[in-house]
Amino acid sequence: MVDYSWPPMNKRRVIGQRLNRLDGPAKSSGKAKYPTDVQRPGLLHAVILSSPHAHARVRSIDISAAQAMPGVEDIRVMSPAGTEIQWAGAEVAAIAARTEEIARDAARAIKVDYEVLPHLVKEDDLARAGNRAKAAGEQVTGDPDTVFRESGVVVHEGSYSIPVITHCCLEPHGSTIEYKGEKVEMWPSTQNVSGIGGDLARSLNIPVTNVSVHMDYMGGGFGSKFPADRWGTEGANMSKKTGKAVKLYLDRRQELTIGGVRPSAFAKVKIAARRDGTIVAWQSESWATGGVGGGGMPPIPYVFTNIPNKRLNHSAVSLNAGGARAWRAPNHAQACALTATAMEDLAAKLNMDSLEFMLKNANLTLRPETYRAQLQKAAELIEWKKYAHQRGDKTAGHIKQGLGIGFSTWGGAGHASNCRANIHPDGSVEVELGSQDIGTATRTAIAMVAAETLGIPVEQVKVKIGENSYPASGASGGSTTIGGVSSSTRKAAMNALDKLMDVVAASLNVPKDNLEAVDQRIQVKGNPDKAMTFKAACQKLGVKSISEMGTNDPKNPGGLNSQGASGVQMAHVSVDIETGVVRMNKFVAVQDCGLVVNPKTAESQVYGACIMNICAGLMEERVMDQITGRVLNADMEFYKLAGIKDIGEIVVHMDITPEHDRKGIIGLGEPPAIAGPAAISNAVANAIGVRVPGLPMTPERVLKALYGERSLA
Amino acid sequence: MNDLEPKHPGKKKSAFSRRGFLQGVGAGTTAAGVLSVPAEAQAPKAIGPGAVPITLTINGKAMQATVEPRVTLLDCMRHYMDLTGAKRVCDRGTCGACTVIMGGKVIYACSVLAIDAQGKQIETIENLTASGKTHPLVPAFVKHDAQQCGYCTPGFVMAAKGLLDRTPSPSYDQVKDGLGGNLCRCGTYVGVRQAVLEAAKGGRNG
Repeated sequence: MVDYSWPPMNKRRVIGQRLNRLDGPAKSSGKAKYPTDVQRPGLLHAVILSSPHAHARVRSIDISAAQAMPGVEDIRVMSPAGTEIQWAGAEVAAIAARTEEIARDAARAIKVDYEVLPHLVKEDDLARAGNRAKAAGEQVTGDPDTVFRESGVVVHEGSYSIPVITHCCLEPHGSTIEYKGEKVEMWPSTQNVSGIGGDLARSLNIPVTNVSVHMDYMGGGFGSKFPADRWGTEGANMSKKTGKAVKLYLDRRQELTIGGVRPSAFAKVKIAARRDGTIVAWQSESWATGGVGGGGMPPIPYVFTNIPNKRLNHSAVSLNAGGARAWRAPNHAQACALTATAMEDLAAKLNMDSLEFMLKNANLTLRPETYRAQLQKAAELIEWKKYAHQRGDKTAGHIKQGLGIGFSTWGGAGHASNCRANIHPDGSVEVELGSQDIGTATRTAIAMVAAETLGIPVEQVKVKIGENSYPASGASGGSTTIGGVSSSTRKAAMNALDKLMDVVAASLNVPKDNLEAVDQRIQVKGNPDKAMTFKAACQKLGVKSISEMGTNDPKNPGGLNSQGASGVQMAHVSVDIETGVVRMNKFVAVQDCGLVVNPKTAESQVYGACIMNICAGLMEERVMDQITGRVLNADMEFYKLAGIKDIGEIVVHMDITPEHDRKGIIGLGEPPAIAGPAAISNAVANAIGVRVPGLPMTPERVLKALYGERSLA
Repeated sequence: MNDLEPKHPGKKKSAFSRRGFLQGVGAGTTAAGVLSVPAEAQAPKAIGPGAVPITLTINGKAMQATVEPRVTLLDCMRHYMDLTGAKRVCDRGTCGACTVIMGGKVIYACSVLAIDAQGKQIETIENLTASGKTHPLVPAFVKHDAQQCGYCTPGFVMAAKGLLDRTPSPSYDQVKDGLGGNLCRCGTYVGVRQAVLEAAKGGRNG
């Protein structure tokens, strides 16, 4: 029986090293070919015609003028007469033409007659939602009513919200598709190399074995790029009809309108604590939207789940707006933004330091010791003692400083993954997985695990991913990839090594169990003198390569990966109370994630999540217009993302300890992308002395919180 | 006056900024419209609306294409010349993913028409590893992991190249100003800042 467990921390030669990502040179030199870069002979350019109306019925659609335009090769009606359009931006037709310019001209020449219907596109006022709001059943724990009335209990009530944000992937959703006879070649921008071919095949009603998926690189997904999508289906249909490859990607406006959004969350919260700061009751009336389907209730109260008395009510609000797709840590950033804020407001009412308040209540979390240690570490890194003050910076001048706290939890166990490891007689090694590198440095982690296992340099491992002809591996969502692919790679490489050991054992005349693979040698354990080089061992294979599989079964990961990451983030901001502008001074993230394969790229993930948190905390929101029913900022000028000058100093502390390491690998995509917006909102409240109820902390909202509605008149 | 700075007489020279960058683009386009037209064609002459043959000088090579006058430099490179390092993201001069250097100026290739780019020296990301030589920015971006999905990265590298061409030893604030016209969605700015500072140091020493 092969022992797959990770080598002890102090014995690892590759895992745990700060290695450069293997595809870094290709990316930073522009040589990396993304799906949008793919060129094919005779390639047609296709575009989507979108509905201008948020709610409408298509009376008729006339494509004759467009069809007659020179250079137009095919038009597919996606919303025929009678279709009820449910959001602005919805796909009405797809046009393929010799050039993109011709395709856009043709889109403009399509005549659509709409019967415009009433729409609702804003959810900030639940009372206005009427029958578009659907209440879920009330959940009650303990006896909140009695506790809220008890004497000696301090009660705070407040309103909090976090808006819809869009994924705004830099590479838009879409694919290039080429039908060749019965076979389909697909170059999608996807997080789902092994699964997207099947999705396309289902929509085309063809066998999945007819679809070949190719993707070496992709330009960002963040949870929004799993399916083939309707535009994928129509791209394929147009390729079949014309006999040419068709490139169909959303334009920027469409990307921000229909490419996926993170649902909003709003809540009226009532929270109570005893005078010593112990939280005793929580009550919330929350609502959320993620489009026509509404939005589910975030897991509130977040992290501090064991508050003994709770009453939860939630309504899903259906809007005529582009639909939700998973966004890094679905519903967790929302939950934190509704919980950490209310908690700090209660601490302020109690005149308690908010750090002390969180520490005091850590027993209400599932991992009190971890959170306490992380709170203390983050406090040290942000210099809490130096900068902390009671709510409202009382120093003179118009620049006020403040500190705020957020916290997170996530699962992150590895997904189902299969890997094939090949060892060839010339000593070359390949590992093959139908996985994808969405920016996580998945390629690098796979190579590191194989190199560690086989005792060879990382450069000697050829990682083959991005094709659905390789052994199936899960989609990259929910922080499951590194755990999944590392575990399957470990097992495949161990299985292949076991076969190689058979040959070496016979040759050296020692029992196989006594052998180890280190430093490019197969040797008797601890005895480099009784050894054979890895290459020499491979030559013993003759003409026959070793090819072995390894599988990560999420139900039985065998200690290679697990779940349960915790994190604490703190923000230090300066707020100009004359302009309402919030500046980031410093942002601290303390994060555990079990065994860390490559601390360098893991830190990059956390830095990136911190910057996303700053975007969401200070500037990012989808702005809807109730009159036209459209997204007002479906572009990159007014859909604000932080630039390099907006982020301040960021400090990342990865909690790499033997205790966390023993858990095996835990994914890192979601955990650090949760706590930041709440921490920033709390820091602003600490600075200016009042709560800005809604995120993001834009100057308009800050001034309104400080001086009321009239301040903006 | 440096090419990258806004040409406003009497205005204090400012560090490179988004505003300066956009003004630079505007100036570049105007200049191209005036200067690149051959002398015999000084009289107004309608071009298009159909496709016209053009020649662009990219990375020292003459490259031909037949494009409609409304085609941008970016789309011309990507669709007609298989130069796909520059990426199309916002397609309207906000995000910097299409950054190239034209006539010594850092520009957004989505905001210049291909026909206006004729007669200009255009440098793209592909030039940074051409003819066996690698610009120090490329390994510096790798070393500091200044990339995740990597889609914005060529734009950042070219904006950094433009900055270093003009300011070989930038301060930390000059780096931030120089790259203030580029956006990243994955959040790679921390590595980018370090990479550019290191590449600048390497350039000085070597």
